[in-house]
Amino acid sequence: MYKDMADDTSKASIREQINENLKRVYEDTLKEEVPDRFKILLAQLKEKEGGK
Amino acid sequence: MTAPSDTLTDPRDELPEHLPALRAFAMSLTRNSASADDLVQDTIVKAWSNIGKFQAGTNLRAWLFTILRNTFYSDQRKRKRELPDPDGIHAASLCEKPAHDGRLAMNDFLQAFDQLSPEHREVLVLVGASGFAYEEAAQMMGVAVGTVKSRANRARARLAELLQLEDGEDLLVEADKAALGVLGQSGIAAA
Repeated sequence: MYKDMADDTSKASIREQINENLKRVYEDTLKEEVPDRFKILLAQLKEKEGGK
Repeated sequence: MTAPSDTLTDPRDELPEHLPALRAFAMSLTRNSASADDLVQDTIVKAWSNIGKFQAGTNLRAWLFTILRNTFYSDQRKRKRELPDPDGIHAASLCEKPAHDGRLAMNDFLQAFDQLSPEHREVLVLVGASGFAYEEAAQMMGVAVGTVKSRANRARARLAELLQLEDGEDLLVEADKAALGVLGQSGIAAA
């Protein structure tokens, strides 16, 4: 058998798949459209700044 | 008119382009979209009023991420115990690809991911998905680089454990077709 080699391959593979899934979870949110509340918030902050 | 001192660039003008990343990071910490957006909102407000503390020329995103995570942990300490999130079911609403090739099903992954501590989710996302270097993650987390690495390793091990992927198991080795018959576990996906 080639157990040691298989161990390493398997470890690397688990790690790779975990990263792959993490990226997918992360990118799913990344791709979402930013809700309007943030545009409104930034506009309000800007306005307050100008008003003082 | 306003602030003649930094007429060149106001880093605050760049905030909108960091919003998607901030939301993604907040989502990985809170695992709830409403809390994530509240957290991003607090982060933006704090960043806005503390922009003077941002050092021009350094990484704005890293600075924002730092504010976000610090806010998250301090809120968490304040609330101490909160009800578990009904939105944790978020997992189920995300697109799922069948694991016919022996790869991890997204749903299984998210369920396991949700069970990790926020600290573990944080480190995994920072080093595994957000594109930050270990050094940057260390700075954001306020710990040594070695701590980031060992925490990431523990988080991965915990995740693998939750997913029932033991080291040395052939479960995920695609090339090892012969092992497919022995899987047992992935048979569920086909059923």
